[in-house]
Amino acid sequence: MDTFILELNDLKKNFGKTEVLKGISLSVKQGEFITLLGSSGCGKTTMIRIIAGLEQPDSGSVILEGKDVTMLAPDKRDVNTVFQNYALFPHMDVFQNVAYGLKIRKIAKEEIKKRVMESLELVQLSEYVHRKPSQLSGGQKQRVAIARAIINNPKVLLLDEPLGALDLQLRRQMQHELKRLQKKLGITFIYITHDQEEAINMSDRIAVMKDGQFVQIGTPDEIYHNPKTSFAAMFVGNANIVRGTVEAIQNGVATVRIYYPDEQSGRAAEFKYTGTADVKLVESNQIQVGDAIAAAVRSENIVLGQEMGLCALVKEKSFAGGLSRLTLQLPDGKEIIASCHGMDWAAEEGQFVAIGWNPNDAIIVKDEP
Amino acid sequence: MKKKKLGLWLTVMPLYLFTLVFVVGPLIYMFVLSFCTRGDHYETVMTFTLDNYKKVAEPVYRNTFMESIKLAFTTTIITILLGYPFGYFMAKLSSSKKKIMMALIMVPFWTSSLVRMYGWSILLQSNGILDKILMGIGITQKPLKLLYTYPAVVSGMVYALLPFMMLAVYSSAEKMDWLLVEAARDLGASAWKAFWTVTWKMTLPGMMTGVVLTFVPSMGLFFVADILGGNKVPLVGNVIQEQLTKGRNWPFAAALSVILMIMTSLFIAIYRKVTGAKELEGLM
Repeated sequence: MDTFILELNDLKKNFGKTEVLKGISLSVKQGEFITLLGSSGCGKTTMIRIIAGLEQPDSGSVILEGKDVTMLAPDKRDVNTVFQNYALFPHMDVFQNVAYGLKIRKIAKEEIKKRVMESLELVQLSEYVHRKPSQLSGGQKQRVAIARAIINNPKVLLLDEPLGALDLQLRRQMQHELKRLQKKLGITFIYITHDQEEAINMSDRIAVMKDGQFVQIGTPDEIYHNPKTSFAAMFVGNANIVRGTVEAIQNGVATVRIYYPDEQSGRAAEFKYTGTADVKLVESNQIQVGDAIAAAVRSENIVLGQEMGLCALVKEKSFAGGLSRLTLQLPDGKEIIASCHGMDWAAEEGQFVAIGWNPNDAIIVKDEP
Repeated sequence: MKKKKLGLWLTVMPLYLFTLVFVVGPLIYMFVLSFCTRGDHYETVMTFTLDNYKKVAEPVYRNTFMESIKLAFTTTIITILLGYPFGYFMAKLSSSKKKIMMALIMVPFWTSSLVRMYGWSILLQSNGILDKILMGIGITQKPLKLLYTYPAVVSGMVYALLPFMMLAVYSSAEKMDWLLVEAARDLGASAWKAFWTVTWKMTLPGMMTGVVLTFVPSMGLFFVADILGGNKVPLVGNVIQEQLTKGRNWPFAAALSVILMIMTSLFIAIYRKVTGAKELEGLM
């Protein structure tokens, strides 16, 4: 059995009547970069605060290096946090901010100086030693916050949307730097974000979170290519979710009639096709004819063509960053995004087109409306 | 461009005029007055003299100044000890409880502070309410002579000035980002250490404002010393008031006032130096 540096066992937390965490369990290996991915309000910050000791769970436990620290005060555990809005001490300069943790531990002055300069060098801020936080840019504040946390050599570093307030370019650059730092220091990172691209770029494992629960935990590759639920597929892969009923199964391919709730009302009448599409089955999918299923198809896998079985209305055509996108509407009102490189869509806004996909590109997922 | 400037002038002018007439004017008047002589019939004669200032240096008046400063210090320290924790904890209350607290602090201001001081004298006088209660439950046997003592004056001063300290501390504690305390705890500071290295430092400007707001007035609240101290605790404020009314020596009263003003200005200058604040922080 692997030894884990951090284990969370069935953490539950309520604020008043709202259940914020509904039983979170996670085991983290030494040196791992784990990202908690979820939209705001899904409980990821609460979870990090529980690990840091700033909040106590209602039930469940936090095990750090085999020791139960659930009820231990934040200053008694070897965990440090990079807060979302940095939380730098405004009355101290950069040096004092970074030195804070060491000073509290009453480490010798010379040693403090040496280590502060080292960690400032690590985040490339050496020349800003005597600036006050108010004189720094967002990116620089971010670096100070990181230096202030890593200088204490924590067992686990918690990062709460550390790049959330930075602009896109700076964010990309900081992603690289954080990853480089993490590899160099070998510290275990638990990283919060709602940005799927960030999660995919940086993490060893991603834990997709929704409504206080983990939806799926796995490597970026696993989650991207094999999402277990419709939420994970949408959140990580920006996939389209199509829902329908299995009409036939042949050679491991299910033919799915896309479910149109309004079919009786005649809304589908204006469409030429009633709509079927094929979905490749894998062994773990125990699907029978008549089952209602949901499948995830990423936008780049949507194809247009006469022989395709679904009918859709082109609502919008846009072109950005070398990628053109079609917003398509299915008869049930659901929107589907198709994308491709270049500008060669044979479709105009307001036109009805036939769409579909290669059965191998559709993945059956657990539906979470 | 010119029109804009004119508009600006028109809006700012009344303020300047007001300050000129009601602040600058009287100050100049007082300053000039302090170099004048008192005539034989208690009138003010425009003859230049430094006698008024020499008189301030006489032991009687010098002692009064020392006493006043001592009392102001005592008052300020007690208001800090009581007001700081109050302001701090008030900032941590829920917003509805904050409103209640604020109302409770404000209610006494609906009554004139003079009237409230008479209230204190009734409370403290021999065989007064406090004595009756204490004797009634058997803590004391005979009336305590509380009124007309130094502690009585201090209590009155503290009572009158405490709200300013509370509100000054409260407003800076209220502005504080409590996440900073969590960050300090996260970095290994105990609750106590986090308070001293973060909260205390961040609320210090507010507290210093409170210090100015209590120290400066407590040098001059003559009616408190009058009502609760009898004539046993004479303060600068009392002497000025006496010279102005009973003594009819306006030039000397003016000289005393000028010295008092210089002292308080010095105090504020020190405050600015210490806290680095440009304005008195935390004032509403």
